[in-house]
Amino acid sequence: MAQIVDTAPASAQASESVLAHALKDAFITGLVALGLLGPLIGFETVIIDGALGLNYRPLVLAVMVGIIFVGRLILNLTVWSPNRQPKIRTGPTVFDRAGAIIGPVVKPALLAFAICFPAIAVFWSGGLNPSRYLVDLGILILTYVMLGWGLNIVVGLAGLLDLGYVAFYAVGAYTYALLATSQPIHDFFAALVGEDFWSNWAFWFCLPMAGLFSGLWGMILGFPVLRLRGDYLAIVTLAFGEIIRLVLINWVDFTGGGAGIASIPRVTFFGVPFERGEDGFAALFGLSYSPMHRLIFLYFVILGLALLTAFATVRLRRLPVGRAWEALREDEIACRSLGINTTNTKLSAFATGAMFGGFAGCFFAVRAGFVSPESFTFDISAMILAIVVLGGMGSQIGVAVAAAVMMGGMEMLRNLDFLKEFFGDAFDPTLYRMLIFGFAMVAIMVWKPRGLVSTRDPTIFLKEKKSVSGDLVKEGHG
Amino acid sequence: MATAPHTPLPRWEEDPILAVEHLFMRFGGLIAVNDLSFKVGRGDITALIGPNGAGKTTVFNCITGFYKPSEGRLVLAHGRAPTDGELASVTLIGERALVGASSGVYLLERMPDHRVSGEAKVARTFQNIRLFTGMTVLENLMVAQHNALMAASGYSLKGLFGLPSWNTAQYEATENAKYWLDKVGLTDRADDPAGDLPYGAQRRLEIARAMCSGPILLCLDEPAAGLNPRESLELNELLRSIRAEHGTSILLIEHDMSVVMEISDHVIVLDYGTKISDGTPDAVKNDPRVIAAYLGVDEDAVEEVEAEIEAEVAGSTTEATS
Amino acid sequence: MDIFVQQLINGLTLGSIYGLIAIGYTMVFGIIGMVNFAHGDVFMVSTFIALICFLLLTTVIGITSIFLALAIVLVVAMFFTALTNWAIERVAYRPLRGSFRLAPMISAIGMSIFLANFVQVSQGPRNKPIPPMVTDVIVLMDNNGYQVTLAWKQIIIMVSTAVLLGAFWYLVQKTSLGRAQRACEQDRKMAALLGINVDQTISLTFVIGAALAAVAGVMYLMYYGVAHFADGFVPGVKAFTAAVLGGIGSLPGAVLGGLLIGLIEVFWSAYFSIEYKDVAAFSILAITLIFMPQGLLGRPEVEKV
Repeated sequence: MAQIVDTAPASAQASESVLAHALKDAFITGLVALGLLGPLIGFETVIIDGALGLNYRPLVLAVMVGIIFVGRLILNLTVWSPNRQPKIRTGPTVFDRAGAIIGPVVKPALLAFAICFPAIAVFWSGGLNPSRYLVDLGILILTYVMLGWGLNIVVGLAGLLDLGYVAFYAVGAYTYALLATSQPIHDFFAALVGEDFWSNWAFWFCLPMAGLFSGLWGMILGFPVLRLRGDYLAIVTLAFGEIIRLVLINWVDFTGGGAGIASIPRVTFFGVPFERGEDGFAALFGLSYSPMHRLIFLYFVILGLALLTAFATVRLRRLPVGRAWEALREDEIACRSLGINTTNTKLSAFATGAMFGGFAGCFFAVRAGFVSPESFTFDISAMILAIVVLGGMGSQIGVAVAAAVMMGGMEMLRNLDFLKEFFGDAFDPTLYRMLIFGFAMVAIMVWKPRGLVSTRDPTIFLKEKKSVSGDLVKEGHG
Repeated sequence: MATAPHTPLPRWEEDPILAVEHLFMRFGGLIAVNDLSFKVGRGDITALIGPNGAGKTTVFNCITGFYKPSEGRLVLAHGRAPTDGELASVTLIGERALVGASSGVYLLERMPDHRVSGEAKVARTFQNIRLFTGMTVLENLMVAQHNALMAASGYSLKGLFGLPSWNTAQYEATENAKYWLDKVGLTDRADDPAGDLPYGAQRRLEIARAMCSGPILLCLDEPAAGLNPRESLELNELLRSIRAEHGTSILLIEHDMSVVMEISDHVIVLDYGTKISDGTPDAVKNDPRVIAAYLGVDEDAVEEVEAEIEAEVAGSTTEATS
Repeated sequence: MDIFVQQLINGLTLGSIYGLIAIGYTMVFGIIGMVNFAHGDVFMVSTFIALICFLLLTTVIGITSIFLALAIVLVVAMFFTALTNWAIERVAYRPLRGSFRLAPMISAIGMSIFLANFVQVSQGPRNKPIPPMVTDVIVLMDNNGYQVTLAWKQIIIMVSTAVLLGAFWYLVQKTSLGRAQRACEQDRKMAALLGINVDQTISLTFVIGAALAAVAGVMYLMYYGVAHFADGFVPGVKAFTAAVLGGIGSLPGAVLGGLLIGLIEVFWSAYFSIEYKDVAAFSILAITLIFMPQGLLGRPEVEKV
């Protein structure tokens, strides 16, 4: 009460000078923006006649600083106005409440949509061949959904921050690429069961192998590092991810180096190749041949793999190992006092996550038909992590939505060619994808550090299932 | 020995469940525990008391494997106390445990923390409560049964496919959890997050969680800290019933003398990492060194206090007899 | 022997640059317990600011004294880089202080991606080479045609590193700012209760870290004569390795770690394989963290139960 009395005259005074204050603040912000953008936007280093020279862009600089000045001024007068009472909200977010209401419906609805998606795509784009773009996009999104769910086991459930997840994706992809193109294995099967056997069946044999290998690598890399504290663990996993990529680049004899491995056998319908001709998939089912058959089949393969990941995660969460993962995230010392071997528990989380990364990698290789170290940079790890965090750590549906939003958004940025009309032909919108992505990561963290779905579902209940507020859930060592 | 056949040995000498022998713990130059030896009787409630900074929690951390003692032996006996020969052989062959059909001996100083709990069956609670706050009360109790359930789930394989044997195990674990929920009066809150419980309930839940892991020795680090008098009384009841119904021996650190003197059979007093008194609550209560340590009297003044107490004790006994 | 001496000189030069960047990591980690992922990219931004300033001075204004130009470039780069890092802290990290621990880290990763791509978009994706600035060398040894040389630019790098470190050391150890900073490292809440402006102290930490990164940026530009938008990540990770190796939170440790990493990298390239020099750096990072997480000069951590 005393406070209100004290500040009442002051606030009356303040309201008179709100505009002056807002102007002053906006002016300072503009000045800072000028300082920040001045060197890099105001000047452009260009190579003129073989030597480096400077171009000047005062107009662009002025426009950008102007936008910041005006934007800040408007914000000062509206959202950040001292007369406005800030609303402080804790507890469940809008998405949580929405989730509670439509929760039972949303999972089956999304699943049904995912299953029907190729049909919708064909209908929407008016034909099998024009739907290629949409189905491709669907495959891309599902790949990232699966990767997000895989990483979610490590980061969301066990609370271990892994910045090198792409390493396991790479191990999976290279496992398939190397095994499928291996001449000795091909010869072995050629002598045993027929010439085409290995190229037709390679994917289906290599898929489990890729998962196993990645899981194994998860254990090998995880074993020495898992007693590290959160930030250190993050950096070491980042280092491992980079080491694997650098080895892939430099070990030319084995991995093909920077050029990668091309002409990897394609996916087959359980041994039936998607080809024109007698033995092909189309002939077998009496369809007219279309290259889209293979793509749609790939779509269902990745959908199946993603659902496998989701199903396994849901099951594991209700098992002692899954509960131990979450307990580990909550309090490692308490876990040890209850007889839980934390090293094994962490390893199991790391290896399980890695295994699903390996499956996804194997799928990536068969879809692209080509692998190279270029595809496994740190940016991919960052993107998967961003999906997990934006989705709300531990939440399956949140991660799926985040993957769709992020990958869909990134894809939309590819289609900004119309902006060339405004900025000229030299303007390349694809350059801005990662720029916007980086900015979005910061903005999302500032806006919603706990992600879209912040509540946690209990794994067992006596009478009533109540979701646990995100404020109580700890984030582990990260 | 033969000259005193009529005074029976106290239980902690006759059948110790835990024997701490010449325990040292050094942190750099600091000696936190200095040549400490004591025994905890099977089925006893034993209290470890002492002024702040006396090294009580350090002793706990050594017993439960969170710290590796600098020196010393910690012998935990399942079933019956080991003979000297058994103990010597286990120590010499470098094993961490020797387990027979009905008895076993564990050298806790050789075991990592999770094995102390999982194999030697020593459970503990913490001075600043460590619950899994984001998990529900029931989940906390399920996590405590991890090792048994892990084996029952076939290290996740049986559980992943939902085999009936796993379902039975899970059902039994839930029943066990329900029993303990009932015992600590938290059945109504089973589905609430542990972090939402009031302080006293969190303390009780932590004890229930420790008991769910099926210990033979329960170590409680200041279980009554922050409790109101009524809750302290309830705690006494709970600890007594744990001992009576489950035969679990209890070792506790406590500052609340109403709890210590009320329920314990055996009290050990630490000061500056050394033992200054060891005996029944009554014996300890009247030990001048204990009083000196608690009241902060100079070394020289100990004798004075001693004399004063003797006079007082003499006075009260004459009063009682008259 | 002569190769060894030459590599020693090269290693110490490179190590000085890493050490300067490492201080930024170590200070920020010390005060807010966060790995400032974007620090390597702040360093990269500073090389571009230095590049632009240098071009302005030489081609537009026409300063002929290279040392005067370098001095001005140094001051300008330090100012603008410090401003950049100050703004980054305000926008991306301060709102997340006290939030859950992953948030600032992910925000920093986002900032790192943003900075690299901002420079790519605004300055173009190509290498930006400038003609060598200081080309004089001192021949130390001459062994049948193999000359061991100490370049003037190497002397400049080592001397200015040493001088700036000295000044900076004085700042942290002897001034009230340094005291406030060390107090915040110990206990931020208590420091605030005692009247220390914690926000300002943290801001200043970022500013100082960026200023030193800018020195490293100018030195890097002078030494290698090239700036590139993607050149923040790898030097950043190496400098972080240096900070960890020296013991994170320890300033002398950061410099020691930087020198060691520089030497290891140079000797590895000279005697083993140049392709795997980054693998070597990353491996050292992993090995240090696994076997010696407190680093060479850091304090070991005792687990509190």
